[in-house]
Amino acid sequence: MSEPTSSPATSADSTRASAVGKTNPMKQFFASPAGRSIGLVIALLLLVAVGAITAGENFMNIDNFFVIVRYASVIGVIAIGMTFVITAGGIDLSVGSVLGLASVVASVGAVQTAAEGFWPLMVFVSIAVGVLAGLTNGLIIAYGKVVAFIATLAMLVGARGLAELISGRSTQVVNNDGFLDFFRAELLGIDWVVWIFVLVSIAGWFLFNRTTFGRRTVAIGGNATAARLAGVNVKRHTVYLYMIAGACAGIAATMLLSRTTAGTSTHGQLLELDVIAAVVVGGTLLIGGRGTIGGTVLGVMLFAVLVNVFTQNNLSSSWQLVAKGVIIVVAVMLQQRLANREASSSG
Amino acid sequence: MRLCYVHRVIEDDHPVSLLEVRGLAKSFGSAKALTGVDLDVRAGEVHCVLGQNGAGKSTLIKTLSGAHQPDAGEIRWNGESVTIADPVAALELGIATMYQELDVVDGLTIAENIFLGHELARGGVMNRREAAQRTRELMKRLGHPDLSPSREVGTLSPANQQLVSMARALSHDIKLMVMDEPSAVLDSGEVDNLFRVIKELTNQGIAVIYISHRLEEIDRIGDRISVLKDGASQASNLPVKGTSTRELISLMTGTDMEHAFPEHVPVPDDAPVVLEVEGLSLGKHFSDVSLSVRAGEIVGLAGLVGSGRSEILETIYGHRKATAGTVRVNGKELKPGAVTHAVGSQMGLSPEERKSQGLLLEEPIYRNATLSTFARFAKGWLLDEPAERRATEEQMKALELRPAEPDRITRTLSGGNQQKVMLARWLIHGTKVLLLDEPTRGVDVGARMEIYRLIRRLASEGTAILIVSSEIDEVLGLADRVNVIADGRVLDERPAHDIDEHGVLDLIMKGSAA
Ligand SMILES: Nc1ncnc2c1ncn2[C@@H]1O[C@H](COP(=O)(O)OP(=O)(O)OP(=O)(O)O)[C@@H](O)[C@H]1O
Ligand SMILES: [Mg+2]
Repeated sequence: MSEPTSSPATSADSTRASAVGKTNPMKQFFASPAGRSIGLVIALLLLVAVGAITAGENFMNIDNFFVIVRYASVIGVIAIGMTFVITAGGIDLSVGSVLGLASVVASVGAVQTAAEGFWPLMVFVSIAVGVLAGLTNGLIIAYGKVVAFIATLAMLVGARGLAELISGRSTQVVNNDGFLDFFRAELLGIDWVVWIFVLVSIAGWFLFNRTTFGRRTVAIGGNATAARLAGVNVKRHTVYLYMIAGACAGIAATMLLSRTTAGTSTHGQLLELDVIAAVVVGGTLLIGGRGTIGGTVLGVMLFAVLVNVFTQNNLSSSWQLVAKGVIIVVAVMLQQRLANREASSSG
Repeated sequence: MRLCYVHRVIEDDHPVSLLEVRGLAKSFGSAKALTGVDLDVRAGEVHCVLGQNGAGKSTLIKTLSGAHQPDAGEIRWNGESVTIADPVAALELGIATMYQELDVVDGLTIAENIFLGHELARGGVMNRREAAQRTRELMKRLGHPDLSPSREVGTLSPANQQLVSMARALSHDIKLMVMDEPSAVLDSGEVDNLFRVIKELTNQGIAVIYISHRLEEIDRIGDRISVLKDGASQASNLPVKGTSTRELISLMTGTDMEHAFPEHVPVPDDAPVVLEVEGLSLGKHFSDVSLSVRAGEIVGLAGLVGSGRSEILETIYGHRKATAGTVRVNGKELKPGAVTHAVGSQMGLSPEERKSQGLLLEEPIYRNATLSTFARFAKGWLLDEPAERRATEEQMKALELRPAEPDRITRTLSGGNQQKVMLARWLIHGTKVLLLDEPTRGVDVGARMEIYRLIRRLASEGTAILIVSSEIDEVLGLADRVNVIADGRVLDERPAHDIDEHGVLDLIMKGSAA
């Protein structure tokens, strides 16, 4: 992911080129970040083939394709934020609850009424709730020195409770036409929801691979002490990371609001598990230090197609869970195999 | 030659060597680590393996310990050809290894670490009392009866962690003990203790393979020497007696080199004070430390391991938050406990533990070299990786860092070259104040001279340098002024040429007794 592909031919590039020439190019390719994603692409194609064979026309049509992508979009946006957090050696268990809270706050009567003429306020409120939750997480982790697992677990519980209190456990129907009309509209025949996923992915990829922010993220995950001693402000960066994860949950909340036309405190339950699974299957190391946005997108797609194939074949959702579990284990085992081979043969 | 120990005479009528290595080769992908190594080790001898950083010493011993499989060559044990499939197989033969990187588990106790993998158990139930008993015996044998078996290893100093690693090796029934740079983390008193233990082992007929970059140790402890260069045997089984240091250096490096410290350049009287430390204290670690370093001056902190030297550097830098006192750079006071502020004031620290505190091992070299400067190379938020690579390549040349590939994963570099990556980081940064904690730990003779020259050059360009080293002669040879430290206090401060190694040790003895 992080290898520049179009940088000018410097002397560094030429030495690298000659190093590549010395060893088996196939092996070299599969050990490279792009090559590691090839495994995911192959798995994805296999799954599509299974879908095509078992469900035939029902699966292989453009409408179903959009069903899959729309489903993937909500999880996908959160997964992009999660990739940053996990790469830096952290974890955010609260994203599902924060999504629920944001959906409730953005859809309560007061906001909708105020936003009647100006629906972007709903979007703003939703993202702001996410950012605030992330800020709280980040401050508790970085300055309160509570481990991320515990701090975000507390937020998972707390945000869900807050959402129930605000909504009174009742569903908040979205009746802001401006909001609904915008998200129902399409651009170039593609839903706005899907566009948002595409845009967030591209922005995430860029931030991760091309900016100082991304470099700091990887450095902190690789060795936080070394990063600190080199002058990286680890605490401040940690806060930013959880704010990004929160913002992504807020964005996902608006996407879900538009799809379901309702905000409820039960939105996003157990979503954190799907998100973390997609990120890890995509090739980001749970211990931090290595992450890939492209892999995360593929991981999200893999699970989305899987869910769809099972639904199309009228198989119980229980079997879906079993299949997901198997995929997680197999994917992570394959990654480790590749990582080890790379370790013993890198040149 | 300085002989501190009487060498055991090795009977030459010993027909078979304990260990014979012939034509050993090992590659990692395209990198050839070993290309043809020959070695004979006899029972009861100390066999020193020498070579520059990256020569293949650690790779050699990892093939002997079963951690790596050789691509070609033969290993004979007691005259029989053997394959050492894994570390367990090595232990069954009687080969125990202490790796260059400490391999103890921080969260476990001393006893648990020692018997890890071969727990004393009956029917799955650990026999703690027996483990504790045997641990106590082992620690006594190693000269440290004060270390309790139930002490958590994470709380020990690196030197004591190494003792645990050694005790683990001795808990097996061994015939050959392999030690990869054991003295790198030790001060002179602890080195004496290590040599005492080695002597005891060899008296029992156990052979020792000893790796070190400190050539004076070879004279003291070694019986025979084998030299590696670029993965191949340059000389095998030379007797220590009758091989001069000069000869060894030229075998290792292929050039004739003077083993000496670079010329001192007197600091001009009007050079401004750059670093000023006043009354600095850190809880029970050290108290009331005051010192100053002028532009172009090298100040050394001499003291034993555990005297608080590293803590002083880390507190000046803000990695630890001082409980009292001030640090000023060019007259400006630094915020306590704020590393970013120190780095922003052009201060740099090369930490003692480069692996756990300094490097991103899984990242390419250039990203480590520019870890404190990538934001400066960047255009706004946008990274400029080609510029980072160019800057790294420049420093790689200046430091003779090998292999000179900025994209190589840092973990695959030899120890000394990893140290050079740390120095490259601060050279690129261009610091005004450089704090160096053990800058030559694990660095070979050749590179050591380069690093000495480099430190001198930086000083002559006006950098204020504060240096800590366990090797007292290194502090004395490099520094203009020395501060002698014991038990977290500055005992004495004087020009380096006014004192010698014995003087420093005397001061420490008296200071600790007082
Ligand atoms: N896992 C690995 N992958 C690729 N190259 C490696 C690996 N391990 C070692 N090497 C290379 O093999 C060579 C020998 O390394 P080794 O660690 O054996 O050197 P050494 O003699 O122990 O050096 P030092 O004195 O610095 O410890 C080096 O060029 C190193 O970069
Ligand atoms: Mg080594």
